[in-house]
Amino acid sequence: MFPKNTLRPAWPPPMHNTAKNNGRAKVTASPALTREQHLDLYFFMALNRAVEEAMVRLFRQNKIVGGLYSSLGQEAVSVGTAYALEKRDWMAPMIRNIGSLLVKGVPPRDIFTQHMARYTSPTKGKDGTSHFGDLKNLHIVSPISMLGDLIPVMTGVAMAGRYLGQKIVAMTWIGDGGSSTGAFHEGLNLAAVQRAPLVLVLENNQWAYSTPVSRQVPLRDLADRARAYGVHSAIVDGNDVAAVYQTAKAAVDRCRAGQGPVLIEAKTMRMRGHAQHDPAEYVPQGMFEYWKARDPIERCEKFLTANKLWDAKTKSEIHARIDGLIKADLEFAENSPLPPPELAEQGVYCEGPLCLEPRWERPIAEVTPPGCSVQAAWKVSDPGSIEAGQAMPGAPLAKFTRMEKTPAAPRSPAKGSTKKIAARSKGRR
Amino acid sequence: MEPVTFLEAIRQALFEEMDRDPAVICIGEDISVYGGAFKVTAGLLERFGWERVIDTPISETAIIGAACGMSYLGLRPVVELQFVDFIACCFNQLTNFVAKSNYRWGAPVPMVVRAPSGGGVHGGPFHSGNPEMYFMHTPGLKIVYPSTPYDAKGLMKAAIRDNNPVLFFEHKFLYRRIKEALPAEDYVVPLGQAMVRRKGSDLTIVSYAAMAHTSLEAAAELAKEGIEAEVIDLRTLVPLDQETIVNSVKKTNKILIVHEDTRTGGIAGEIAAILNEQAFEHLDGPITRVTALDTPVPYSPPLEERFLPQLADIVRAARDLARF
Ligand SMILES: Cc1ncc(C[n+]2csc(CCOP(=O)(O)OP(=O)(O)O)c2C)c(N)n1
Ligand SMILES: [Mg+2]
Repeated sequence: MFPKNTLRPAWPPPMHNTAKNNGRAKVTASPALTREQHLDLYFFMALNRAVEEAMVRLFRQNKIVGGLYSSLGQEAVSVGTAYALEKRDWMAPMIRNIGSLLVKGVPPRDIFTQHMARYTSPTKGKDGTSHFGDLKNLHIVSPISMLGDLIPVMTGVAMAGRYLGQKIVAMTWIGDGGSSTGAFHEGLNLAAVQRAPLVLVLENNQWAYSTPVSRQVPLRDLADRARAYGVHSAIVDGNDVAAVYQTAKAAVDRCRAGQGPVLIEAKTMRMRGHAQHDPAEYVPQGMFEYWKARDPIERCEKFLTANKLWDAKTKSEIHARIDGLIKADLEFAENSPLPPPELAEQGVYCEGPLCLEPRWERPIAEVTPPGCSVQAAWKVSDPGSIEAGQAMPGAPLAKFTRMEKTPAAPRSPAKGSTKKIAARSKGRR
Repeated sequence: MEPVTFLEAIRQALFEEMDRDPAVICIGEDISVYGGAFKVTAGLLERFGWERVIDTPISETAIIGAACGMSYLGLRPVVELQFVDFIACCFNQLTNFVAKSNYRWGAPVPMVVRAPSGGGVHGGPFHSGNPEMYFMHTPGLKIVYPSTPYDAKGLMKAAIRDNNPVLFFEHKFLYRRIKEALPAEDYVVPLGQAMVRRKGSDLTIVSYAAMAHTSLEAAAELAKEGIEAEVIDLRTLVPLDQETIVNSVKKTNKILIVHEDTRTGGIAGEIAAILNEQAFEHLDGPITRVTALDTPVPYSPPLEERFLPQLADIVRAARDLARF
């Protein structure tokens, strides 16, 4: 494109062809999963798929208000990652993370009523899809449509948790496409510099609407994005639920130990169009076939059978449980009313008392004078030369003396009363 | 008490609120060791430490996003934008994430965004803006734009204690130019209450921030000619104190709206619509406005002077209006 031998870089840049896993350590061995854990993971993946299939039926019956997105083929990512969180931890799902919501404790009925815009939904019909949350009990932050925005928000959640002394981890997800937004990069960098306990799951499902990943990012591994920010990262087979869980668990543990954020790239495939309206004709057929052979639920079933972790009876019990749940919750949703029109006018502002007071899990005295730390949290000791590790003369660490009360008013350059202010415009015209 | 500057009044509010409530933290660019570009946060680090006075990378989106996340856990972050002009860089986080949060899913965002704003200091096109109307057009945000040290302190305290996101505009021209003695005891100025700064019967001048001072000066000039102007300082743009404006117009029957913001889509248009709805039969003259030009804020002093509403412009417009 450009003449050779100029200082201009070639464009597009060559694909960054990285070796498998890009030299990252393999998933750090967390203790092998118990049978119950394997069955749990299977249960949630199957529930995830059943909930979404039920919604496809609702969509065909015209009972879904608006669009319907699918995470078909990606269930292992949603389920395996969220399963690594504890109850106290916080998460913020994206549109294809219905499975994460289910794992965190959201009942299917909330997902149905949200998509059907019913009054009984968590947002009472104010918003749809997975756009809801729960500050008090489940610790879920509602996503918004704008991709990437959750990353700085969840960084703030992680920072606040640390400040309050809660040993929490915050987790959120982003697509391959969403990883090109400014918010992604600002958020990841802030998390890195703050060493915030944030696990960011980059769900590489090969497509962003109709655009293949290679047209969005000239990298083989999107996990490489983490390197630019000095963030620890891992790559995992997103269709192997146990591997996803183990990778996420290691990341969560690392965060909880105060070692800073982790980015996990889960490689998987979006097995439907962007949403129901999209037949995905731009996807090569062979690509669907490749990934169909690696369906995460079938793989899990084979694993459970091969390792004798279940039998036909257990399997049918699990499915009976799922069918029962879905039937009851669908019935609830279908019988739920739409919201009263006057609700549209309510709730723009929080009029009452705050619904969430901070939960302190450390002595408040540690963050109030005279107890709060005024020790410098950082120091500048490297002059920043191209030769790394140079020392500079002296010990340039800022000193801070505690101030016991509001300092005296700073000197003010201009004296006089409010009236003087208009002088700037006096007599100019 | 010693009179303090507008800037010091805001600083006192931050100190006192951080002292009162450990949930209050400050976050922004260069606010800790350096004390902020204008030194409004000077001394906070020394008193409250690193965990509560947080320097960030230059990432306005991340700052607003993180503050929003913090508020979800019950903290009350006070963000400093280095200049309000950079609010364009976090427009999405503010208008889509923060503003819609309570309405969509009942999650209040009790945060304050402080932002040095306004012209008259030769800041040029990117350091002089008055972008309040972008946000007035965004349901879910509150907007404060004080004009005196007393109000700045009291409104800042009210903003921090409010359970909603509040944009707190700090007019740079006022920072060090005005002084006022403040009460020793804790006080707040409630959001949503305009202030009648001068009583009058011939016409009403509505303004806010630095232009409230120019409007008062204009009223003094007009009085010499026998025209008694009532001057209202809005103090809070959202919630807007419609009652005070409407009541004044019912008395004076004429209104002049003065703002430093550009003309088209400025608050004058909104107030005109409110008066059409609520006081149409009381109007004896055209709803009149004196505003900045519909241009970017120019840099060179004669250009900026032409851009900004001047005392003489206000006096002239008021005189014309009074003749009706
Ligand atoms: C900032 C922003 N720009 C555009 C869109 C419209 N949009 C919604 S989803 C999508 C594709 C997202 O792709 P990806 O991040 O890979 O997620 P996936 O759909 O594959 O889960 C686009 C362009 C959006 N929601 N947000
Ligand atoms: Mg994608």
